[in-house]
Amino acid sequence: MPATFTRHTVETERKDTGFGGKPPLDRRPTGGGGGDENWDSHHSRRRGPREQLIRYRMAIFSILAADFVFFAVLVSAFFVRQSAGHIAASENYVSDWHPLSAPPILWINTAILLLSAATMEIARRQLFHEIDIMEEWLGLGRPAVRRAAPWLIATIVLGAAFLAGQWMAWHQMAQQGFFFGSNPNTYFFYLVTGTHAVHLLLGLGALVFALIAMFRFRRVEMRQIAVDSAAWYWHAMGLFWLFLFVLIAFFQ
Amino acid sequence: MKRLFTTDHRALALNYLILGLIAVITGTLLSLLMRIHRTWPDLAMPFHGALRPEDYLALVTMHGTLMVFFVLTVVPQSAFPNLVLPAQIGTERMAFPRLNSAAFWITAASLLTLLAAFMAPEGAPISGWTNYPPLSAIAATGPGQGAGMDLWLLSIALFCLAAILSSLNLLATIVARRCPGLTFTRLPLTVWSWLTSSALTIIAFSALLIAAALLLSDRHCGTSFFLPTGIVVNGVPQPNGSGSPMLWLHLFWFFGHPEVYIAILPGMGIASSLLANFTRRPVPAYRLMVLATLLIGFLGLGVWGHHMFVSGMNPYAGTAFGLTTIAISVPSSAEVLTWLVMLFRGRLRLTTPMLFALGFLSFFIAGGLTGPILAQPALDAYLHNTFFVVAHFHLVMAMAGVFSVFAGLYYWYPLITGRCMDETLGKIHFWISLIAAYGTFFPMHLAGLAGEPRHYAQLQGPVESFANLIPVERGITWSAFLLAAAQLIFLWNIFRSARRATPEAAPNPWQATTLEWSGVSHPTVSHGPYDYGTVSTGDFLPQWQPEKPF
Repeated sequence: MPATFTRHTVETERKDTGFGGKPPLDRRPTGGGGGDENWDSHHSRRRGPREQLIRYRMAIFSILAADFVFFAVLVSAFFVRQSAGHIAASENYVSDWHPLSAPPILWINTAILLLSAATMEIARRQLFHEIDIMEEWLGLGRPAVRRAAPWLIATIVLGAAFLAGQWMAWHQMAQQGFFFGSNPNTYFFYLVTGTHAVHLLLGLGALVFALIAMFRFRRVEMRQIAVDSAAWYWHAMGLFWLFLFVLIAFFQ
Repeated sequence: MKRLFTTDHRALALNYLILGLIAVITGTLLSLLMRIHRTWPDLAMPFHGALRPEDYLALVTMHGTLMVFFVLTVVPQSAFPNLVLPAQIGTERMAFPRLNSAAFWITAASLLTLLAAFMAPEGAPISGWTNYPPLSAIAATGPGQGAGMDLWLLSIALFCLAAILSSLNLLATIVARRCPGLTFTRLPLTVWSWLTSSALTIIAFSALLIAAALLLSDRHCGTSFFLPTGIVVNGVPQPNGSGSPMLWLHLFWFFGHPEVYIAILPGMGIASSLLANFTRRPVPAYRLMVLATLLIGFLGLGVWGHHMFVSGMNPYAGTAFGLTTIAISVPSSAEVLTWLVMLFRGRLRLTTPMLFALGFLSFFIAGGLTGPILAQPALDAYLHNTFFVVAHFHLVMAMAGVFSVFAGLYYWYPLITGRCMDETLGKIHFWISLIAAYGTFFPMHLAGLAGEPRHYAQLQGPVESFANLIPVERGITWSAFLLAAAQLIFLWNIFRSARRATPEAAPNPWQATTLEWSGVSHPTVSHGPYDYGTVSTGDFLPQWQPEKPF
């Protein structure tokens, strides 16, 4: 049975063990978030809809934690490099940091990415909508997938538009004569946007995979997992971009 | 071939162990070459001739890298969890078997890349396993800093990737695949350690990954993240950078210090489990131990600056890092005291794994006691980069880590081969190793206090400052030989016991309570992991057996 938004309260109380004074063994569900299912009495893989979802979300969140550190380090390197000047022999403070005015197209790109996050979330929610997903699970057509697909395609188109916009931003920078090695600030511009673009390219791959998975995967739960994992990754990339954009645009 | 490309976690564990064995043998041989060179500097090596100073530095770099990454990280953090973690939480497989297998292959590629640095045109890199810029950022600064350094960085980047993948698999496995009834408060302490060190791995190794990428960019793309102004190499002024070498130090040690805990936390978990088993006493403060493990992991993220007291960091920052470092000795001491309480009035069974667990405890205390000394900026100003530091981390990380690995290997060997290892050989191996390890690393404290610096290729020369330390050095070298020779006994024991020289082990040879010994495919758990000597009937209550009604 697939996971849905509506949670049912499941009885976690055990029966009395029948030995009079002895307290029941354990009334708690497993701490790991069996959540709405009775984790205690089932083996893994038979724990109901959320177990697999949790496993994949755990992996995605771990990757995102690693990614977070990756970008956090990059941002801290930015600030260190920005303040790294020295006192020259002439007793003047010398710094080779030239403030950079970000290409205005980045504003449009940011808006596009935010919009894509919204469409992604709508697509994700379709897959967890109880009535639709239960119909799919029972084999009565594919209402959830049919409703999610346009939003997912919209996300892919918007994501591709964002990447194209980034490409144009690099092009504009290059036309103004700012290349990767031009000055410390441009290293960061290209490094930040470049690594983020690589991440987003991977995300785009995940979205396409999720789109195919929605139509090809036989198990409804796996369709949910494909879309859900891609969605969380996409949201995180959107969030990271917001921070990186603020860094590029306002912290020169 | 089929064995190599398996997704079965136990087969992968064996692959990891073999990889670790290759690395530890190479690393040990390198360290012996270093010892020989320090004691007899003019001795010509076969196939090579006399060692030049830069060759010595290459040995230092490769020894450190091999041991820290491919032995002390790979074996406790990859091999052991693959061997027992799924069984200890009562599941038949990992959360992501193919990801797990991919992590092994990336690790193997990383090791090959690192070893290829020996074959690089000018040899292996010479800037130590920490590779501080500008030495590591400019190819002209020395032999091995060209292609060798690139290979090192590539190898480490691959290793970071593998470590992150393998850790997220472990995290997902622990969180989502525990068997019925195995709540978090019923997990064995080994599992808690792997949970903590996996979280640390994900944070620390991603920082190293980006640092390696930035350094590669400095070397090849004309950037200057780490390159300062006014560098002159061999009379050639380098392009001005205004970058900051300190940035590399911060990034590297932000990885480097959690890495120490990644290496030692699994060992601490193994020690807790083994001490409980072989003293037949429950872990007296289970929740405290869990808390201490998590706290060590958490505090471990905020102490990296104590590696940089004399590198030009703001002295106030030094004080702060000194404080956090002293703070981390609180949970560490809590664990040590708990172990001592377990020994006190415990019914000790001095089997080989127990002896090695006690050896771990001994080294952890001996090496740990010098930690708070080095954590004080004022004292560290004198001791920094002396052999005192070498003694400290070889005892508390290297020897404690390796002894916990031995303890684990002797303890879990029946799970691999169905036979216990030979006890007599094991005890000989233990006693020689213990004495030789102290003989090797303890005198280094004295040499360090006398001011002997690290990374010097030799002490003899026109200046006689360290002439009186040469007898100590010679003693250390002989002791190191003995330590290495004792490991031959261990290798012999492994192969001899595997080839049916010892009788077949009972299903639960150590009378342990944790699930890896159950042999039950779908266990259900109803109580904690260390029920030794507390039940009225029988000496222990395994986790796969239900609690008996009174």
